[in-house]
Amino acid sequence: MYNYSEVDQRLVDERVQQFRGQVDRRLAGEIAEDEFKPLRLQNGLYLQLHAYMLRVAVPYGTLSSLQMRKLAHIARRYDRGFGHFTTRQNIQYNWIKLEDAPDILAELASVQMHAFQTSGNCIRNITADHYAAASADEVDDARVWSEIVRQWSTLHPEFSFLPRKFKIAVSGSPADRAAVEVHDIGLKLIRNAAGEVGFTVLVGGGLGRTPIIGKVVSEFVTADKLLGYLEAILRVYNEAGRRDNIYKARIKILVQEMGIETFRAAVDAEWERSRDHAPVATPEFIAEIRNRFTDPDFETNLDDGDLLETLRYSPAFAAWFQGNVAEHRQKGYAIVNISLKPIGGIPGDATAEQIDGVADLADRHGHGEIRVTHTQNLVLPHVRRRDLPKLWRALDMLGLATDNVGRATDIIACPGLDYCSLANARSIPVAQRLSERLAVLDKEFDLGPLEIKVSGCINACGHHHVGHIGLLGVDKNGEEFYQITLGGSDAPGSTIGTILGPAFSSARVDEAVETIARTYLELRQPNESFLAAWRRLGATPFKERLYATA
Amino acid sequence: MPLLKGGRPVNDSWQRVADGDQLPEGGIIVSLERWQSERETLLARGQPLGVALPNTADVAPLQSDLVHFGVIVLHLPKFTDGRAYSQARRLRDQLGFAGELRVTGQILPDQIFFLQRVGFDAFETDDPRVVARWAETQAPFSAVYQPAADGRRAILSPSG
Repeated sequence: MYNYSEVDQRLVDERVQQFRGQVDRRLAGEIAEDEFKPLRLQNGLYLQLHAYMLRVAVPYGTLSSLQMRKLAHIARRYDRGFGHFTTRQNIQYNWIKLEDAPDILAELASVQMHAFQTSGNCIRNITADHYAAASADEVDDARVWSEIVRQWSTLHPEFSFLPRKFKIAVSGSPADRAAVEVHDIGLKLIRNAAGEVGFTVLVGGGLGRTPIIGKVVSEFVTADKLLGYLEAILRVYNEAGRRDNIYKARIKILVQEMGIETFRAAVDAEWERSRDHAPVATPEFIAEIRNRFTDPDFETNLDDGDLLETLRYSPAFAAWFQGNVAEHRQKGYAIVNISLKPIGGIPGDATAEQIDGVADLADRHGHGEIRVTHTQNLVLPHVRRRDLPKLWRALDMLGLATDNVGRATDIIACPGLDYCSLANARSIPVAQRLSERLAVLDKEFDLGPLEIKVSGCINACGHHHVGHIGLLGVDKNGEEFYQITLGGSDAPGSTIGTILGPAFSSARVDEAVETIARTYLELRQPNESFLAAWRRLGATPFKERLYATA
Repeated sequence: MPLLKGGRPVNDSWQRVADGDQLPEGGIIVSLERWQSERETLLARGQPLGVALPNTADVAPLQSDLVHFGVIVLHLPKFTDGRAYSQARRLRDQLGFAGELRVTGQILPDQIFFLQRVGFDAFETDDPRVVARWAETQAPFSAVYQPAADGRRAILSPSG
């Protein structure tokens, strides 16, 4: 866990004071809604269909049990007893009163949390690999660099009124669990031939109306140059990014219109001009940040207890172990994924009791640490393997032992028309129906790894473009329809899904997805995943079966 | 329009001269186009000169001209349009402009902190809230992470 410095704490406290004043002035009518909007947005407060929504930052998806309990408390006291974990590793509360918002921010500040820049046309919460500092395959700890970028981007005076929002993701591992290729800036930690840590910098990736895979703007940026280089990219974007059309305002459009070569030259020139005034993370500063992450005192020589025996006698436990538990770099430990996708449930939702329960289990079995994933699940990154059977039973009591991580029923869905003022169609009920339908199929035939992602509008918060199966809600004369894309992926070598054909009505869409799944089952080769089969077969067999009777 | 410096209303000693209008006596501010087309005439006056830039102007080519300007005016057509922030930082940090850096347009009290950080020291606004709230806009945050053009010691300053 990162422990705030005195300055970090002071800034979040001062932010609460500032926002309290702004809310008071708004409630007194001194500032108009259009002037208040950017102020509240930069504190994570949206006005949605039914109420204010507060988006709380979970920087790089890392939470302590203490922070987790605070999130449960806020859900209980200020919301309706639940919270919603998002694809940006944040948590959202959907039923917030404006006058409560400053108090909620004060509660958050008391546990080193905030809602800085979780919305607005500024640099948003930094996202990162949810297995950071736990997986064996990482080059360096993505959290350290995410925190450094967080500090640099917080209250940045020059980049708080950008053409559009700006998302940065950091991956510490070649496996890229942070989907860095579909972010405005993606940072991949690598080592050069001399063994120095640096970054491959991607720019201009993103989903939304115009899905684009990010392009490499620099193969290797050294650690000391990182912040100055980011600042150069942002300055080029701030000055040259389009402001005439909200749909063309993201950096991906600028990079596309300039071409990556020209864009790179502009950034390099800007870096040269600004390097004497650039922000720098000095080696001492990097070391200080690293030291502020207190990692668990791992026990050595741990045995597995009754793990192997439980695996043998309990098929349910074995299935959960197989699906949700990942290898830890420390012998005797494991990484545990907690699915927030119960069959037929609302993706990413957790009740206050579940949030508290996970905090307790993290304390008991996982060194008090929790992660939020961009797939709307939770992770206990440091669990003793010998504790796994006990943990599993406790999770089951909380309704959190669904063994579907990475499978067909682990569906990502945006809040959709049930909450969101931008949506064209509902996402949640479709995800719920698909979950129930596919659970049956998966149990019977084993669909293998299969990522389904549902967005309620073209803004693509449900990341449908990079779903193996993606659903996009569209409005057709007041009726909800869903366009299906196949073959998307946000794993390294990302691909944007292919639109299959005409959209399906809400009544027919889950049947259509089942048809796709059955087509895969019929045509797959031994051990061939859905994505691999799609890449081999192409669209034709899926199209034929889907539209044969249409 | 009222001008604020250091939080206090001050007399504006500069006159804005529209393109095509006769040049009056005293310090004047002209548009970038007028500066570019009437450069010699404007310099021959031997009186204080300033220039107003649209927020789309690239400031880098002005480097050798900066010695002639006592004031540069940048513009926020809407408070959500942040281009002038980058122009200001370029002028201060990269081009070393040390004269008055003035901002016009839609300025909200809650932006004063950021505007000062990127190098503005004069605020042309008729919004009474900017004066009324000046004191509290001054130090909402007692520390800063990033170095900017205000010379404030920052956590991420190159010298630490």
